[in-house]
Amino acid sequence: MRTEVSTYQMIAGDDGSPIQLLSPDGARHPHERYDRFLQDLDGENGKELLLKIYEDMVVARRIDAEGTALQRQGEVGLWPPFVGQEAAQIGSAYAIRPDDFIFPSYREIAVAYVRGVPLADLVRQWRGSANSGWDPYEFNMAPSQVVIGAQTLHAVGYGMGVLFDGAESAVITYFGDGATSQGDTNESMVFAASFQAPVVFFCQNNQWAISEPVGIQAHVPIALRAPGFGIPSVRVDGNDVLACLAAAREALERARSGNGPSFIEAVTYRMGPHTTADDPTRYRDANELEDWKERDPISRFEAFLTTRGILDDAGRARVAEKADSVGAALRDATIHMPDPAPEALFEHVYAGPQSILDRQRDHFGRYRAGIEAGAEGGQ
Amino acid sequence: MTEMTFAKAINAGLRRAMERDSKVVLMGEDIGKLGGVFRITDGLQKDFGAHRVIDTPLAESGIMGTAIGMAYRGYRPVIEIQFDGFVYPAFDQIVSQVAKLHFRTLGRVRMPITIRIPFGGGIGSPEHHSESPEAYFVHTAGLRVVSVSNPQDAFSMIQQAIACDDPVVFFEPKRRYHDKGDVDESAGLEGPAGLGMDTARVAAQGTDVTLVAYGPLVKTCLDAAVAASDEGVSVEVIDLRSLSPVDYPTLETSVRKTGRLVIAHEASQTAGLGAELAAAITERCFYYLEHAPVRVTGFDVPYPNSRLETHHLPDLDRILDGVDRALGRPNSLSGIEEGEE
Repeated sequence: MRTEVSTYQMIAGDDGSPIQLLSPDGARHPHERYDRFLQDLDGENGKELLLKIYEDMVVARRIDAEGTALQRQGEVGLWPPFVGQEAAQIGSAYAIRPDDFIFPSYREIAVAYVRGVPLADLVRQWRGSANSGWDPYEFNMAPSQVVIGAQTLHAVGYGMGVLFDGAESAVITYFGDGATSQGDTNESMVFAASFQAPVVFFCQNNQWAISEPVGIQAHVPIALRAPGFGIPSVRVDGNDVLACLAAAREALERARSGNGPSFIEAVTYRMGPHTTADDPTRYRDANELEDWKERDPISRFEAFLTTRGILDDAGRARVAEKADSVGAALRDATIHMPDPAPEALFEHVYAGPQSILDRQRDHFGRYRAGIEAGAEGGQ
Repeated sequence: MTEMTFAKAINAGLRRAMERDSKVVLMGEDIGKLGGVFRITDGLQKDFGAHRVIDTPLAESGIMGTAIGMAYRGYRPVIEIQFDGFVYPAFDQIVSQVAKLHFRTLGRVRMPITIRIPFGGGIGSPEHHSESPEAYFVHTAGLRVVSVSNPQDAFSMIQQAIACDDPVVFFEPKRRYHDKGDVDESAGLEGPAGLGMDTARVAAQGTDVTLVAYGPLVKTCLDAAVAASDEGVSVEVIDLRSLSPVDYPTLETSVRKTGRLVIAHEASQTAGLGAELAAAITERCFYYLEHAPVRVTGFDVPYPNSRLETHHLPDLDRILDGVDRALGRPNSLSGIEEGEE
């Protein structure tokens, strides 16, 4: 057993406040610990990457708006908006290497977009065309997880596998403030610490678990829990894309270099409903949303880039155009997505044949053939 | 042929599977140095190392959930749930994740995980150590569920379960762990009889009644068949082996011959496996049946304290009573069962 408990601390600003590299007005604060993780963003060479991050944030918000609109129009059954969480998702996503593996919750649609997942696959499960979108092994990203916190254990098991393979990759798992109350999330931290699994726990504390404010889940900053498990943690401003990028890079490098798990609490805000089936006006104050709009992750980053002379009106227009075209492509992919064939009911339940299911499939086929024959006979 | 205990046969099967495939890892509580509370994994950590025989923290959902992550990474985990009554903390990960991931991912992610559960009563244990939770898992699509009744099947079927690309819940009758039997270790994966994992086995031939059981009650049923033969009743005993899927062709062949079906299990009756077998055989063999299917099961009570368990568990006499009911011979319910002659 390790005894040097001082290793396991929560890194945060004064009084536990989240670490911030960009203030809401876009001013950049130097940071002794984290600036070294952002050196590639300095100077001329960094401009392209900064603009790409900005573009992805704007495009992701457009994808999110389109998803909500498609739900309102009946083209998808449900959509879990992530508006307001673009910095947390995209900042962390830019720290992930292709050989790293991601275990998301259901809201990490911007992470999947950055990972290169095709637009149709972002929406496939929400339209009900399948229970997941992309091939996990093509993008090294598990399908979205609906059971709260369940994926954190999968991440740790995968990380144990990475460790036993002697590989130098990391695993990152995303979850929300609500998930930190789940047994699985706590068990996953026990296992991660015991086996020193190369896992980054990335908690987006968006203040709300449907209607329950974070105070119902935690009486102290969520990041404070991890050191108790023997996992170092950091509390960052989740609406500050540079802080999220830096913290994720530090944690992922720690994991890849054999120094075990880390925990990041990104303090952000769910500006939309929990899902399109939710109505936040029943439980939260409109003023709260207005306050958080002042801290909007995109306008903050935009102000920073503009001040630095990296982004101008022409650049903004180009990105807006890109967002519109992605939105249109997403809509097009969604409304033209074919329904699965009825027989898909029986596919992939098992990897091999299963006699009971084969019989049911056969009976279903006979039933359908009979119905179709009857319909033809009636014409 | 080597004579060995049931426990040793599973141990030998695990060893064989680990030698065959370096991706096979064992995970569970106390399975390392101790060799498991039933010593099923005895000596395996010493021979294969702590990365292949993994002592985990005491958290069943954690064991199951991390095994899923290992399977994502290409491993073939075999997890040990220490006792039947401790599987419930892992229930969500089994039912909502292990069982569904292949379907969820359209076949892209396989879950070749074996979930070993010592189950059943008869060992005088405190609460939570004697349960028969198989129906929960049989009811869950995406899982395969098997139970073994003898050392040879234990040796062969644990290897088949591990080699299977689907998740398999593997129920071990803990009260039979010390029973001895001949094991042919040289036979292939499917054992000397060449039986696939989802095949039932006719354990004793007979012509008057078909008696179906699995796991711990197969031995009891074989004893019942011997006792019945003394009274001139010929009982065919079928060892189900696979609980999901059930090998109905083997059952149908037998019931079409005998016209009578008795099902025995330790688990409670309502919505138990016996209900499914009775319904399915009635659907499939209705015109061959001479009597309604009869169930001889544990009662619909929480598993009782040990000094009551002999009354709860179907034993030789209760099974014979069930055989008498199926045959319309005088039995404990004579005169009160509707339609009884």
